[in-house]
Amino acid sequence: MRKPNLPSAVASIRHTSDMSEPPPPHRRRAHTRSRDLERYAGLFAGRTRVMRSSAMRDLMAVTARPEVISLAGGLPDTSTFPPKSFAAQMTRIAQASTAEALQYGPTEGFEETKDCILQVMGAEGMLPESDDIIVTTGGQQAIDLICKTLLDPGDVVICEAPTYPGAVPVFCSYQAEVVQIECDEDGMRVEELEGVLGRLADEGKRPKFVYSVPSFQNPAGVTMSFERRRRLVELARSHELLVVEDSPYGLLRYGGEALPPLYQLDGGDYVIYVGTFSKIFSPGIRLGWAVAPPPVMQKIVLGKQAADLCTSTLTQFFVREYFAEGLWQNYIEDLIEIYRRRRDVMLEALGKHFPPQATWTEPEGGLFIWATLPEYIDTSDLLAKALRDNVAFVPGQAAYIDGRGRNSMRLNFSGVSDDEIREGIRRIGKVIGEQVDLYGALTGEVPAAPRDEAADPGGDVLPFRKTGEAGQ
Amino acid sequence: MKVAVLKGGRSLERGVSLRSGARVEDALERLGHEALGLDVGADLVAQLVDERPDVAFVAMHGRGGEDGTAQELLEILGVPFTGPGVAACARCMDKILAKHALREAGVPTPDWFAFNETAFRELGAADTLDRMEERLGFPLVVKPSRGGSALGVKFAANPGEIPQALISAFSYDDRVLLERFVDGRELAVSVIGAEPLPIVEAIPTGDRYDFEARYEIGRTEFVCPAELEAGEAAAVTEASISAYRALGCAGFARVDLILGADGPQVLEVNAIPGLTDTSLLPQAAEAAGLPFERLVEQILELALEERAAATPRL
Repeated sequence: MRKPNLPSAVASIRHTSDMSEPPPPHRRRAHTRSRDLERYAGLFAGRTRVMRSSAMRDLMAVTARPEVISLAGGLPDTSTFPPKSFAAQMTRIAQASTAEALQYGPTEGFEETKDCILQVMGAEGMLPESDDIIVTTGGQQAIDLICKTLLDPGDVVICEAPTYPGAVPVFCSYQAEVVQIECDEDGMRVEELEGVLGRLADEGKRPKFVYSVPSFQNPAGVTMSFERRRRLVELARSHELLVVEDSPYGLLRYGGEALPPLYQLDGGDYVIYVGTFSKIFSPGIRLGWAVAPPPVMQKIVLGKQAADLCTSTLTQFFVREYFAEGLWQNYIEDLIEIYRRRRDVMLEALGKHFPPQATWTEPEGGLFIWATLPEYIDTSDLLAKALRDNVAFVPGQAAYIDGRGRNSMRLNFSGVSDDEIREGIRRIGKVIGEQVDLYGALTGEVPAAPRDEAADPGGDVLPFRKTGEAGQ
Repeated sequence: MKVAVLKGGRSLERGVSLRSGARVEDALERLGHEALGLDVGADLVAQLVDERPDVAFVAMHGRGGEDGTAQELLEILGVPFTGPGVAACARCMDKILAKHALREAGVPTPDWFAFNETAFRELGAADTLDRMEERLGFPLVVKPSRGGSALGVKFAANPGEIPQALISAFSYDDRVLLERFVDGRELAVSVIGAEPLPIVEAIPTGDRYDFEARYEIGRTEFVCPAELEAGEAAAVTEASISAYRALGCAGFARVDLILGADGPQVLEVNAIPGLTDTSLLPQAAEAAGLPFERLVEQILELALEERAAATPRL
């Protein structure tokens, strides 16, 4: 057979089309046949089996409607950032460094960005080496890169129960086995960790790391106590186990004493720190970072290179300009004022509108309150009812791997106005109240009156400050 | 032709509807029509009046679109639309009404009892729960009367699980039904015009064919045409056509059944079945040699014929 003569083949193609005008853009063939679907399904990697979309995601599609008061978001309020300041910073970048700002940057991130990170971490009492830092595309990428570096399929990750819902799909996509340890109002019950480690050792499983959001946890709003922080760091050291400390909200404290980050207590041997500019500046710039011991960092950098070569240069320049103004801490103080008030408004509304059977956390910082309802209320179904009253929250199930959390919900107070918080909580309280009454009618039980804290059953419930019959 | 594709809205199946709608728009454009996607909201009437489409393709699922609401507006505006009319939509959407209509027409459907919230709140219906157990047995299925995609559907394995299942179902509607659980094969028969398409069998890879399994590639295995004996297939098709007629459907619809030991039982009829990549109707059409674009074209033609038949021209 003759080899195809490429130039003439091209010429013949051109010959058949109308030479006078270029061919129209070619639309892809419609992928509508079920055969196609089967073919793709056969090509999917094993890990996609555990990468799930969910009914909840579809329900969440409704929460985006403008008439819905959404307490389901996790959004910081970016509306108070001064547009003039934004314009001035962008202008300075354009005037001084257009060419560099439009160019690739180093995989680890610019030194100037790391200087900003050192300032932020310094404000919480940490002083890492600049070489130990990598700038990432949001804190989310830092979590992904850490998993990519450390996890083989079947490896164990230990995290809080409930845990950050956004971390669950990352663990799942690396096919990790996730073990959750209950939280109470002092954060993860670290005293249970030792037993869990022993049990895993008996089963021949070695956990790779403990993932924790120790301060103002997402979603529970709780903060790990000093004692537990120290104990966690000791356990990591004695078991040669890494701890991933995810701290997006550390500087957003509205009350109580500041506690040392795990990274500071450990000195950076066994703790990998994950930070972000999302909650103290802007989530839209997608800038986060990780701090890890050098051997781990080397692998993370290789992973980052494979993932996206480098973090956006333009947004790194933006952060640099923003920090050069020297007002970043003032902006955080403004945010703290706003968020503290909104938290207080939400707590007051909860006390007024939620039935006595409900309990909730009283966070000292961060963006979220976690409320727990009687166990017979499934918050995914309740969301459907709440949406009819134009209000939304995140059902607790998203924060658990194993289907627990069905009677809890996450409520965000940072991204909504005072009035929306009051009205939103009133509406949610109303639909809960209706279900509580209905349950009473169904079972013949009169809705229970508030109980004493002493009578609280404990077990795997969160013993919150608010007294009441906690859901199991 | 200018075709308005009604999709989205604020039903709980908004996400699914957006996917169905997008796929229909794509097909319409390939067919050379002008597709006008409308995410249904407060400005729907204004948009329809402004745009004056030749026909509306209703790709909405759940309340507001599948229950006859949008269809009523389209009738007032004189815009021909795809799928069943107002009355059929209202009957299909409401499982309690639908089951009564099916039973009256002699179409097999599992035994059930229906309640509204008032019955429990004010009339002491809770005291009848043990009797229902005797009549329906366990496990039984608790469903909201108007709900789609298995949202709010719970199984109660014993009497203790009924109140919690009711609380979930009442989150979606103020009327619920408790239905006898029929163990068997899950089948769906789509009907276009008056013609049945090949039977699809859904074999979930997980425990049950729930909301998530419905819309994810690879979560459920579909076999079309379903491997059935000739007698079984005929009984299933016959029950489906009878159900379609009993509820007054026109244009297209999908009948969901269980094939149990005692033959087929109709669970529900979907007036506007999903048209996403993983939906059953397009798969059945495909198996019948009807590619998606032809399917869309045919549904449009049926809508226009219906219209022509309903309004005699001078």
